[in-house]
Amino acid sequence: MSSPSIIENKSVALRIFSAGFVVVWLLIAAFPFIWTLWGSFKVELDFFSKENWTNAITGIRTIKETGAAYTMNGYEGAWVQEEFWKSVVNTTIVCFFVVCTSLTIGTLGGYALSRTNFRYGFWLLITALIFRAMPPITLVSGYLLPFFEWGLWGSLSTTIVVLVAINQPFTLWMLHSFFQKIPKELDESAKVDGCTQFQAFRHVIIPVMWPGVITTGLFSFLLAYNDFAVTAMLLAKENQTMVPKIAGFLGTTQTEGNVMFAVAAVVSATIPLFILVMFFQRQIVSGLTAGAVKG
Amino acid sequence: MKHRTFFWFFLPTALAMLLFIFLPIISVVTQSLFVSHEQVFVEVENCDIFGCKNEMMIDAAATEKLRAEQPLGRFVGLANYFNRSHLATSEIATLWQTAESWGTFYDGLFNLPLYRAIIFTLVFTFVTTPSVIIVGFMIAVAVNALNQHLKGLVIFFSLLPFVVTPLVGSLILFWMIDARGIIGNSLQYLMGDPNLSLKASTGLTWITLIVYGVWHAAPFAFVIFYAGLQTLPQDTLESAMIDGASRWQRIRFVVIPHLMPLVTFVALIQLMDNFRVFEPIVGFNASAHATSLSFLIYNDMDGEARLLNSAATTSVLTIIGVAILLSPVLVRTWRDWNRKV
Repeated sequence: MSSPSIIENKSVALRIFSAGFVVVWLLIAAFPFIWTLWGSFKVELDFFSKENWTNAITGIRTIKETGAAYTMNGYEGAWVQEEFWKSVVNTTIVCFFVVCTSLTIGTLGGYALSRTNFRYGFWLLITALIFRAMPPITLVSGYLLPFFEWGLWGSLSTTIVVLVAINQPFTLWMLHSFFQKIPKELDESAKVDGCTQFQAFRHVIIPVMWPGVITTGLFSFLLAYNDFAVTAMLLAKENQTMVPKIAGFLGTTQTEGNVMFAVAAVVSATIPLFILVMFFQRQIVSGLTAGAVKG
Repeated sequence: MKHRTFFWFFLPTALAMLLFIFLPIISVVTQSLFVSHEQVFVEVENCDIFGCKNEMMIDAAATEKLRAEQPLGRFVGLANYFNRSHLATSEIATLWQTAESWGTFYDGLFNLPLYRAIIFTLVFTFVTTPSVIIVGFMIAVAVNALNQHLKGLVIFFSLLPFVVTPLVGSLILFWMIDARGIIGNSLQYLMGDPNLSLKASTGLTWITLIVYGVWHAAPFAFVIFYAGLQTLPQDTLESAMIDGASRWQRIRFVVIPHLMPLVTFVALIQLMDNFRVFEPIVGFNASAHATSLSFLIYNDMDGEARLLNSAATTSVLTIIGVAILLSPVLVRTWRDWNRKV
């Protein structure tokens, strides 16, 4: 919140420039989504028009082919014909279990890290940072052979466990920084009153930690939902989640001229994220800054 | 907290990381030292009207059996690292001797898959990271000057490119820059070149990928810097104004120093994330012109052949790359820690 005196002496030109910049950025940020959402209700020859890009707006071909300016053909093809709904179910299962497990073991670990003064606490955090820096795909190449040998490859549960583990370093860092903001006196006094460390954690700390836990849960969700490297390599075809399924569409349907299936699937996969940002904007912002403000 | 309590609290997450991050690293290193078994040949006598000949035949059953018994394959030491698909030492040596100029040397280098991937990964990382910081900072300053009611709305739309699934985000842009898509079409019109395609040349593909990278990550930098701007020291700003500092001087000498720790943070996160660039290459179908280290690993594991040993070797080299990238940060943290103690 810059003080009024600073705003006042801004020149008109500068203000227009800065407002114009914001408008341009908004266009760049939001327009692709709006455009794709709109185009997903058209036929391919309109959305990818050789003649004139305005066809995508007016929908000339769509009217010619289907009789109406909007068509659900893309969605029908993706959800019913290509069975995208199965991937939606799989994604829901994976995300639910990944978020729950990550938070359970992450809060325990993050709490412990924030309450220890020993040197190993620092080293564990540094190790987590190094693990966080490793591209997930490098780990995936370590999983494949053992998973094939032990018959673990392809199932949803294996992927869930792997995603939980890959998310742990990030979850630990975030929860650690949230826990550090909660005064240590709180659990000390609970312990004086006769609580064990776990009881203090369960009954005193967790109730005040909810905002931090929810924020971390959101990021855990995003990591699981957005993952491509792990889900593409570790899931059998019938267990595919949305993102690898969409990647699969590209290979098979582009040749058949059914790109619109992929467009519809992409829009379907974006809508939950859109809703998420709508409801949890504040938490996402606080989560992004949680790690940073500490320095 | 006592050591004992700490141990029990930390055990679940430690186990998860040990089993699924640490052990896979060991697995990757081990696999990189092996190659899969060659096919087993048997000598069979083949007789026809011209007489008998001894021929070598592939013994499918024996091959299968050998591969099932020793799934890891045959130990070859560091051979994987130096072959043509990886460090290609002998190719480099020949190239060094035969290349007449830096240009031909570079061209030859660019034909070796690993070096091609390293060059693109480094260019992407070191162009995207500073661009993200600059663009994010500009958005933050501009949004900060907005009316209070508009800010929420702007932040909402700004977050979209950041939270969207990377593969989905790159597909959305890919379809728009298609020659038949809105941006591709408009570019052809603006340039007056009906055959212009962003996918056709290496340079344009790289630019497209970098633009995607900035589009995707700028909101992250923006949100961090915007939060930093809310905690600006107002007294310092006001005294700078009283002393006659211009707007630019105030940004240069008050705002930027205040945000410097945040810049370090964003740079660290962005270096890590950009170094693993992968999904946009799949989404933009750009592998003909640009491959990254992560993409190489994916490409080896994907498909029928499943070149696991090759993927493992690239993985080890990638991990070494990450370690080099992070080393300045680690050294600094180590020094800070020692100073504190």
